[in-house]
Amino acid sequence: MSNILHTVNKSPFLNQTLKHCLGRIQSGDSVLLLEDGVYAALSSQPWAMLMNPSHQYYAIKADVEARGLGEDKLLSHITLIDYEQFVELSTEHSTVQSWY
Amino acid sequence: MNKPKTKKLLFLFRHAPYGSALAKEGIDAVLAASAYDQDLSVLFMDDGVFQLLKHQKPDDIEEKNIINILSAFTLYDIQSLFVCQESLAERGLRNTDIAIGINIVAHNTVSQLLSQQDHILSF
Repeated sequence: MSNILHTVNKSPFLNQTLKHCLGRIQSGDSVLLLEDGVYAALSSQPWAMLMNPSHQYYAIKADVEARGLGEDKLLSHITLIDYEQFVELSTEHSTVQSWY
Repeated sequence: MNKPKTKKLLFLFRHAPYGSALAKEGIDAVLAASAYDQDLSVLFMDDGVFQLLKHQKPDDIEEKNIINILSAFTLYDIQSLFVCQESLAERGLRNTDIAIGINIVAHNTVSQLLSQQDHILSF
Protein backbone atom coordinates (compact mmCIF):
# COMPACT_ATOMS: atom_id res chain seq x y z
CA MET A 1 0.00 0.00 0.00
CA SER A 2 1.30 3.43 -0.83
CA ASN A 3 1.93 5.94 1.90
CA ILE A 4 2.35 9.64 1.31
CA LEU A 5 4.53 12.25 2.99
CA HIS A 6 2.52 15.49 2.93
CA THR A 7 4.45 18.74 3.32
CA VAL A 8 2.82 22.03 4.33
CA ASN A 9 4.83 25.26 4.12
CA LYS A 10 2.18 27.97 4.62
CA SER A 11 0.75 29.47 7.79
CA PRO A 12 -2.64 27.91 8.59
CA PHE A 13 -3.95 31.34 9.62
CA LEU A 14 -3.55 32.98 6.20
CA ASN A 15 -3.78 29.95 3.94
CA GLN A 16 -6.04 26.91 3.59
CA THR A 17 -3.32 24.40 2.71
CA LEU A 18 -3.19 22.75 6.16
CA LYS A 19 -6.96 22.21 6.10
CA HIS A 20 -6.87 20.87 2.55
CA CYS A 21 -4.05 18.49 3.46
CA LEU A 22 -5.66 17.23 6.67
CA GLY A 23 -8.92 16.63 4.83
CA ARG A 24 -7.20 14.22 2.46
CA ILE A 25 -4.66 12.23 4.43
CA GLN A 26 -5.13 8.49 4.84
CA SER A 27 -3.85 5.92 7.28
CA GLY A 28 -0.11 5.36 6.93
CA ASP A 29 0.47 8.93 5.68
CA SER A 30 2.68 11.45 7.50
CA VAL A 31 2.67 15.25 7.61
CA LEU A 32 5.78 17.42 7.63
CA LEU A 33 5.50 21.11 8.55
CA LEU A 34 8.18 23.43 7.24
CA GLU A 35 8.83 27.17 6.71
CA ASP A 36 5.67 29.11 7.76
CA GLY A 37 3.87 25.76 7.95
CA VAL A 38 5.44 25.25 11.39
CA TYR A 39 2.87 27.63 12.91
CA ALA A 40 0.50 24.65 12.54
CA ALA A 41 2.58 22.93 15.23
CA LEU A 42 1.28 25.40 17.86
CA SER A 43 -1.06 23.67 20.30
CA SER A 44 -3.06 26.92 20.40
CA GLN A 45 -3.87 26.99 16.68
CA PRO A 46 -7.58 26.50 15.94
CA TRP A 47 -7.12 23.51 13.59
CA ALA A 48 -5.07 21.46 16.08
CA MET A 49 -8.07 19.23 16.74
CA LEU A 50 -8.04 18.17 13.07
CA MET A 51 -4.51 16.83 13.48
CA ASN A 52 -5.45 13.27 14.32
CA PRO A 53 -2.67 11.74 16.48
CA SER A 54 -2.96 8.43 14.61
CA HIS A 55 -0.79 9.99 11.88
CA GLN A 56 2.87 10.92 12.27
CA TYR A 57 3.54 14.68 12.37
CA TYR A 58 6.96 16.23 11.90
CA ALA A 59 8.29 19.80 11.82
CA ILE A 60 11.66 21.15 10.73
CA LYS A 61 13.47 22.14 13.93
CA ALA A 62 15.40 25.06 12.38
CA ASP A 63 12.12 26.61 11.16
CA VAL A 64 10.49 26.17 14.58
CA GLU A 65 13.46 27.73 16.40
CA ALA A 66 13.80 30.57 13.89
CA ARG A 67 10.25 31.65 14.65
CA GLY A 68 10.65 31.51 18.44
CA LEU A 69 8.13 28.72 18.98
CA GLY A 70 9.17 27.10 22.27
CA GLU A 71 8.58 23.39 22.76
CA ASP A 72 6.10 24.22 25.53
CA LYS A 73 3.90 25.87 22.87
CA LEU A 74 3.88 22.90 20.49
CA LEU A 75 1.48 19.99 20.10
CA SER A 76 2.93 17.03 22.00
CA HIS A 77 2.70 14.61 19.05
CA ILE A 78 4.95 16.68 16.75
CA THR A 79 8.45 15.32 16.19
CA LEU A 80 11.15 17.91 15.41
CA ILE A 81 13.56 16.82 12.68
CA ASP A 82 16.41 18.22 10.55
CA TYR A 83 16.82 18.18 6.75
CA GLU A 84 18.72 14.86 6.75
CA GLN A 85 15.77 13.22 8.47
CA PHE A 86 13.47 14.93 5.92
CA VAL A 87 15.40 13.12 3.18
CA GLU A 88 15.06 9.82 5.07
CA LEU A 89 11.31 10.37 5.47
CA SER A 90 11.01 11.05 1.73
CA THR A 91 12.63 7.71 0.98
CA GLU A 92 10.46 5.86 3.51
CA HIS A 93 7.25 7.08 1.86
CA SER A 94 6.17 6.08 -1.62
CA THR A 95 5.44 9.67 -2.70
CA VAL A 96 5.69 13.24 -1.45
CA GLN A 97 2.79 15.65 -1.85
CA SER A 98 3.60 19.36 -1.32
CA TRP A 99 0.71 21.55 -0.22
CA TYR A 100 1.62 25.16 -0.99
CA MET B 1 7.69 78.97 1.50
CA ASN B 2 5.25 76.94 3.55
CA LYS B 3 6.51 73.78 5.10
CA PRO B 4 4.78 70.82 3.43
CA LYS B 5 2.09 69.30 5.57
CA THR B 6 3.11 66.29 7.63
CA LYS B 7 1.38 63.12 6.46
CA LYS B 8 0.11 60.35 8.64
CA LEU B 9 1.54 57.03 7.43
CA LEU B 10 0.61 53.64 8.80
CA PHE B 11 2.80 50.61 8.12
CA LEU B 12 0.68 47.50 8.38
CA PHE B 13 2.42 44.15 8.95
CA ARG B 14 0.20 41.13 8.30
CA HIS B 15 2.68 38.37 7.45
CA ALA B 16 4.91 36.09 9.48
CA PRO B 17 8.68 36.66 9.41
CA TYR B 18 11.10 34.54 7.28
CA GLY B 19 8.49 32.72 5.12
CA SER B 20 8.61 35.67 2.72
CA ALA B 21 10.64 38.87 2.38
CA LEU B 22 7.64 41.05 3.31
CA ALA B 23 8.56 41.59 6.96
CA LYS B 24 12.12 42.62 6.14
CA GLU B 25 11.05 44.87 3.27
CA GLY B 26 8.41 46.51 5.44
CA ILE B 27 10.90 47.25 8.18
CA ASP B 28 13.30 48.77 5.62
CA ALA B 29 10.45 50.95 4.38
CA VAL B 30 9.65 52.13 7.93
CA LEU B 31 13.30 53.01 8.59
CA ALA B 32 13.57 54.85 5.27
CA ALA B 33 10.35 56.78 5.87
CA SER B 34 11.54 57.81 9.32
CA ALA B 35 14.09 60.10 7.61
CA TYR B 36 11.33 62.30 6.16
CA ASP B 37 9.88 63.69 9.36
CA GLN B 38 6.38 62.30 8.86
CA ASP B 39 3.87 61.03 11.41
CA LEU B 40 4.58 57.27 11.38
CA SER B 41 2.71 54.44 13.04
CA VAL B 42 3.31 50.70 12.80
CA LEU B 43 0.60 48.11 13.33
CA PHE B 44 1.10 44.34 13.59
CA MET B 45 -1.97 42.21 12.95
CA ASP B 46 -2.96 38.76 11.67
CA ASP B 47 0.22 36.69 11.11
CA GLY B 48 2.29 39.89 11.50
CA VAL B 49 2.09 39.38 15.28
CA PHE B 50 4.46 36.42 14.89
CA GLN B 51 7.23 38.94 14.08
CA LEU B 52 7.12 40.11 17.69
CA LEU B 53 7.80 36.78 19.41
CA LYS B 54 10.66 36.35 21.86
CA HIS B 55 13.28 33.60 21.41
CA GLN B 56 13.53 33.80 17.60
CA LYS B 57 16.76 32.09 16.48
CA PRO B 58 16.94 32.20 12.69
CA ASP B 59 20.69 31.38 12.46
CA ASP B 60 20.08 27.88 11.10
CA ILE B 61 17.84 29.15 8.30
CA GLU B 62 20.41 31.87 7.58
CA GLU B 63 18.19 34.86 8.19
CA LYS B 64 18.68 37.99 10.30
CA ASN B 65 16.74 38.09 13.55
CA ILE B 66 13.69 40.30 12.96
CA ILE B 67 13.62 41.30 16.64
CA ASN B 68 17.08 42.90 16.40
CA ILE B 69 15.86 45.07 13.53
CA LEU B 70 12.53 45.89 15.20
CA SER B 71 14.42 46.96 18.30
CA ALA B 72 16.08 49.64 16.16
CA PHE B 73 12.72 51.40 15.75
CA THR B 74 13.16 53.25 19.04
CA LEU B 75 16.62 54.48 17.92
CA TYR B 76 14.91 55.97 14.87
CA ASP B 77 12.35 57.59 17.18
CA ILE B 78 9.48 55.46 15.90
CA GLN B 79 7.33 55.28 19.01
CA SER B 80 3.81 54.56 17.73
CA LEU B 81 3.88 50.78 17.69
CA PHE B 82 0.67 48.80 17.97
CA VAL B 83 -0.34 45.15 17.95
CA CYS B 84 -3.86 43.82 17.49
CA GLN B 85 -5.10 42.03 20.61
CA GLU B 86 -7.52 39.74 18.73
CA SER B 87 -4.74 38.55 16.41
CA LEU B 88 -2.63 37.62 19.44
CA ALA B 89 -5.55 35.85 21.13
CA GLU B 90 -6.47 33.92 17.98
CA ARG B 91 -2.93 32.50 17.99
CA GLY B 92 -2.89 31.74 21.71
CA LEU B 93 -0.18 34.36 22.32
CA ARG B 94 0.13 36.48 25.46
CA ASN B 95 1.74 39.87 26.06
CA THR B 96 4.59 38.07 27.87
CA ASP B 97 5.45 36.38 24.54
CA ILE B 98 6.27 39.77 22.95
CA ALA B 99 9.91 40.82 22.76
CA ILE B 100 9.55 44.61 22.35
CA GLY B 101 7.66 47.44 24.02
CA ILE B 102 4.40 47.90 22.11
CA ASN B 103 0.81 49.05 22.62
CA ILE B 104 -1.67 46.17 22.61
CA VAL B 105 -4.90 47.49 21.11
CA ALA B 106 -8.39 46.08 20.68
CA HIS B 107 -10.35 45.82 17.45
CA ASN B 108 -12.06 49.24 17.68
CA THR B 109 -8.72 51.01 18.17
CA VAL B 110 -7.33 49.13 15.16
CA SER B 111 -10.24 50.41 13.04
CA GLN B 112 -9.71 53.94 14.36
CA LEU B 113 -6.00 53.79 13.61
CA LEU B 114 -6.69 52.64 10.04
CA SER B 115 -9.26 55.39 9.45
CA GLN B 116 -6.97 58.22 10.65
CA GLN B 117 -4.25 57.75 8.04
CA ASP B 118 -3.30 59.66 4.90
CA HIS B 119 -1.59 56.54 3.57
CA ILE B 120 -1.47 52.87 4.56
CA LEU B 121 1.48 50.78 3.41
CA SER B 122 0.79 47.07 3.71
CA PHE B 123 3.40 44.34 4.11
